Amino acid sequence: MNGAILALENLTVRFGGLAAVDGVSFHVEPQTVHGLIGPNGAGKTTAFNLISGLGHQNDGHILFNGETIDDWPSWERAQRGLARTFQNIRTFGEMTVMENVLAGMHAHVGGGLGATLLRLPSFRAAESAAIGKARDILGFVGLADASARRAGSLPYGDQRRLEIARALASDPKLMLLDEPAAGMNPSETASLIDLLLRLKARGVTLLLVEHDMHFIMNLCDRITVLNFGRKIAESTPVEVRSDPSVIEAYLGTKVGERLEAGARVR
Amino acid sequence: MYEFLDDFLFSYQSLIYALGINGLLALSMYVVLAIGQLSLGQAAFMGLGAYTSALLTLKLGAPFPLVLLASMAVPAVAALIIGAPTLRLSGVYLALATIGLGEVLRIAFVNSELTGGALGLSGIPEKAGYTLIFSCLALALIAFVLVSRSRIGRAMEAMREDEIAAGMLGVHLPRYRLSALVVSAMLAGLAGALNAHVSSFISPNDYGFDAAVTILSYALLGGIGSPFGPVVGAIILTLLPEVLRPLHDFRLVFNGLIIVIAVLFMPHGLVPWRIRRTGARA
Repeated sequence: MNGAILALENLTVRFGGLAAVDGVSFHVEPQTVHGLIGPNGAGKTTAFNLISGLGHQNDGHILFNGETIDDWPSWERAQRGLARTFQNIRTFGEMTVMENVLAGMHAHVGGGLGATLLRLPSFRAAESAAIGKARDILGFVGLADASARRAGSLPYGDQRRLEIARALASDPKLMLLDEPAAGMNPSETASLIDLLLRLKARGVTLLLVEHDMHFIMNLCDRITVLNFGRKIAESTPVEVRSDPSVIEAYLGTKVGERLEAGARVR
Repeated sequence: MYEFLDDFLFSYQSLIYALGINGLLALSMYVVLAIGQLSLGQAAFMGLGAYTSALLTLKLGAPFPLVLLASMAVPAVAALIIGAPTLRLSGVYLALATIGLGEVLRIAFVNSELTGGALGLSGIPEKAGYTLIFSCLALALIAFVLVSRSRIGRAMEAMREDEIAAGMLGVHLPRYRLSALVVSAMLAGLAGALNAHVSSFISPNDYGFDAAVTILSYALLGGIGSPFGPVVGAIILTLLPEVLRPLHDFRLVFNGLIIVIAVLFMPHGLVPWRIRRTGARA
């Protein structure tokens, strides 16, 4: 528990009479990949929104690096090292790929208004350094050749990569990924897994929501399972796979078999 | 040659002044549209600047540079005050609230002794001229271009495209919204002061809803991909009534038709190119 990068304590949010997230507690260890799974409507994206500051809980606390961040707005959480991607891609379509990544560096690029207006050497140095770093990041996610293209013109899989690149540009300690593999074909998914493992090797902690069980089982060190807003299980992939309450949560769908299938593919 | 130029400048003096002043107003509109806010308070801020400057000149005989500074400072303070409650609104609600501000101010001008009531203020000495007006416009344009091509410009465009995503990248949304509103108010106030000091007469109806919509139409026609768009829009919409003078009564019809066609067939405006957002070679 100590040293957890993210800890939810009894987190609850109600929309009218419905508790979308209901007394959920779990923590994420640094430099791990942590999965958050559950059937549709389990409260995964709502939990993500609470963690990233896009909604506010009715009860409970969120700790980031040991600090309570309940009252921090989203931009402050971002400035302190929390980044996320969205289920529906939210890149800046009109801006170029390079500009998207530079926008991701917002909190770290130097240059005040005065330096900007006077084009002081400090401003130019900061911009050049940022562009250099953005180029590295684009190389890292495999979009080096696309840097001058309009983000909105990229194919779907590349837009997902760009969103990850933009999040990575903010130098996050923790990155939340909301269904990163959604809509991807198997080869795109495979290269995404590779990218996320390289992200982990870079020291970024990942918390991800995903429906693709094969993806989850191959990537995660630890998995938390939600159902109807409550945590019903938390364990390693191997144990979660055989947990009766998890299998039941998927309401008789063939998740047990799907989990087994995931294991076989592996 | 010089004689011709003198004649020309003399005949079209007020039109040329209007080009510069409306250009500043267009930039004042641009700065809020550039972060995705629809605020229609520009005419009100212009009125505030105009009345502030006219009163300081007429009643106190204050030196003109000081008058210009005050004409920017007073709307800026007003923007700070109204910014806190109104910037929680967005979209059409913010537009309505700022239209309300304009009407409140207009009624205040009409009913106040100090501002000369509905008759307005007259006899304002002509202290501004071509050099001052177009220097202000050029400086404002250059400043906008420099800021656009920086971290600040990127954050602004990010906000316009997707405010939630921009916030998740660490962009301090309330600070950007308030700063944009304050800069917008300062530019509009400056335009108001310059206008008051070339036209010698101001009245409350110059700063009502019509003016607010006209200023918005500069930006819509020109496009907001770069700061140049709104200025081009202002120039065209200021010149159009003069150019169409031979059409007599059909003038306004034609004027409206051109705007409708531009909006329908050029959704990105007449100047669709977007400005680069990097401050060094990428």
